[in-house]
Amino acid sequence: MTEHYLDNSATTQVSEASAKKAFELMRTNYANPSSLHSMGFAASKELEGARSQVAKALGADVSEIYFTSGGTEANNLAVLGAVNAKKRAGNRIITTAFEHSSVYETMLNLAKEGYDVVFIKPDSSGCINAKEVIDAVDSKTILISIMHTNNETGAINPIREIAVGAKRKNPSVLVHTDAVQAFGKTEVKPSKLFADLLSISGHKIHAPKGVGALYVKKGVRILPRSFGGKQEKKLRTGTEALPLIGAFGVAVSELDIQKNTETVKSLKTYLIDKLSALADITINSPEASTPYILNFSVKGIRSETMLHHLASKGVYVSSGSACSKGGKSHVLSALGFEDNRADSALRVSFSKHNTIEDCDALVCALEDGIENLARR
Amino acid sequence: MKEIVLIKLGEIALKGLNRFSFEDALKKNIKSTLYGLGYFKVSIAQSTIYVTPQSADVDMDEVCDRISRVFGIVSFCRACVCEKSMESIFEKAPDYLEDALATASTFKVEAKRSDKKFPLKSPEICREVGALLLEKFPHLAVDVHNPDVKVIVEVRDFGAYIHAGSIKGAGGIPVGTGGKAAILISGGIDSPVAAYMMAKRGVSLTAIHFASPPYTSERAEDKVQRLLRKVCRYAGPITMITVPFTKIQERIKDECEEELFTIIMRRMMMKISSIIAKKYECSALITGESLGQVASQTISAIACTDDASDMPVFRPLIGMDKEEIVQISRKIDTFDISIEPFEDCCTVFTPKHPRTKPVLKFVRYAEEDAKLYELIDEAVENVKITELRQSH
Repeated sequence: MTEHYLDNSATTQVSEASAKKAFELMRTNYANPSSLHSMGFAASKELEGARSQVAKALGADVSEIYFTSGGTEANNLAVLGAVNAKKRAGNRIITTAFEHSSVYETMLNLAKEGYDVVFIKPDSSGCINAKEVIDAVDSKTILISIMHTNNETGAINPIREIAVGAKRKNPSVLVHTDAVQAFGKTEVKPSKLFADLLSISGHKIHAPKGVGALYVKKGVRILPRSFGGKQEKKLRTGTEALPLIGAFGVAVSELDIQKNTETVKSLKTYLIDKLSALADITINSPEASTPYILNFSVKGIRSETMLHHLASKGVYVSSGSACSKGGKSHVLSALGFEDNRADSALRVSFSKHNTIEDCDALVCALEDGIENLARR
Repeated sequence: MKEIVLIKLGEIALKGLNRFSFEDALKKNIKSTLYGLGYFKVSIAQSTIYVTPQSADVDMDEVCDRISRVFGIVSFCRACVCEKSMESIFEKAPDYLEDALATASTFKVEAKRSDKKFPLKSPEICREVGALLLEKFPHLAVDVHNPDVKVIVEVRDFGAYIHAGSIKGAGGIPVGTGGKAAILISGGIDSPVAAYMMAKRGVSLTAIHFASPPYTSERAEDKVQRLLRKVCRYAGPITMITVPFTKIQERIKDECEEELFTIIMRRMMMKISSIIAKKYECSALITGESLGQVASQTISAIACTDDASDMPVFRPLIGMDKEEIVQISRKIDTFDISIEPFEDCCTVFTPKHPRTKPVLKFVRYAEEDAKLYELIDEAVENVKITELRQSH
């Protein structure tokens, strides 16, 4: 059976060059970058090479890039590190009700600790309204953390507008954005977004799992979460995962945003067109969403049921976000969907490898499911 | 949108008849620093240098970043090029200024009309552009005394330019107009700062580094190269000369009194550097010494070291506190590299109690007894040459 992998926002296939780099850095150039000898030196050059590739893609300086174990760690480090560094300046934090769980649950914990955490809900368009965020900013606000692109619906939030308006009101507020679903898919430049902190991840762009990075704007100080060792300027200690970092660097250098966007855009348009011909399907992704993600609900059929049915036909999609392992999506609830619609939501996410055939296979399997699966 | 950089000249405008050679050097340095970013026209008119990109898709952020480190520039502005008409200015101003005005609350408009044929007078230009910006950006208010952003409209001979105020330049005088000198660089915090300070006064640099493998490592030498590449951003390309120093250091260790290790080592470095400096047409040496910082930098020790060289020795940090030096090293982005923990030739074989008041006569005797001078030629002949350009 042919494999139709349409779950690329969960993770992607590692590119060959990226995997080769990881292999090389495990088998040939395997020394610790902190070792003083020439092998360590060669390893440290690989590390800095990868850093400059990531920096270049973000339009940032190499000194602003800190490697982490992935998006979740980058998000945790950004939020907790910023809050700890600024706790004397105030106690209000602004975020949204549809963040990725690595920000959302961190925020719930901060709220328990006594921080005044404001959760902004997406408006009827499915995106965050900049004005609502800016209105919530006061002199005690220390941090705003709002995702660039939502991982379940693909909604794109107006980060620049939010950052600019917030800083106008309170120049000392820090702005963090989780750009895991945006990086490598659209132009993400922290300086253009007016973001002070920005998280990215490797495995969403054909690098291996286990590597990501946090951008920290020059002059912005956040505190570390781990101690012992001098790696990453003491902000993220522990021996660098060089095979993964090197592979990340290669994957970044292989990005061709313009070309890939054209590919997935045409796939998304094609799929929406096909789906609208089917009965019982509601599109959940907002108008302003990334071409890489399409979220829709199939009336009356539970996500998981349909997901397994599709998988049996070789079509792989996800129900809500893969990170919540099938739990009820706080994202779709935040959007105000009634339970039926949220419970039957499916997320299709593309990569440059997908084709029209993948879309056709999905549509065909969906039709079959709608006809034959039991309704509640 | 077409952009240009307008550069205002510093003290070189006061240089009388030599002014043109200073201007030429500056133009050359600007072109050189922009190497790799595309093709640029660099021309002078009305005591302003115009840097006009000729290729498409030039990274103007990078261009301005590099220009901010060229000595001889007091200030510069990154501006949008308009035709000399209010329509063109009106059309381009809002888009161009969007980023600059995004986080501002207040602004004012200033106009400079050097082309007096332009139909509107300066105050009229200000009024009209101000009104337009207020309409397009309702969050803004006008503050003529203390604005967050000063929008400037310049109407010059070849066009009109809009920008959001000028950026401070690196100051100093153009590198290359002040002769050539050799900087002794170890890898610490001070020598890159000393190099930067002399480059600021127009001196072009050659670097001399002493390596003592296996006491010092490949990484120590790489560290010096990375430091110098940072300095190159200000000083232009630098030739780095690495001198093999192991034999001399071992001989000092074996034959000399421990208290004199440091002072003798430094004298040997000065002797060798003077020979190399002359070979490379340098007319002076530069060191990062600061009076009283360590045992080898007391007045008597410096007098002893000075005796080993027969050329002028510039010590631009002599009267500075460590904290002041660190501040500059952070500014020129060398601090983080300098504090990397690799052993350099100055830290191997450091005596427990170095002599703070060495007597020249006895130091010379000690050197003669150790037969150190016979090792100098060999060191000078076996130097390694590396050409370095700026890194970012």
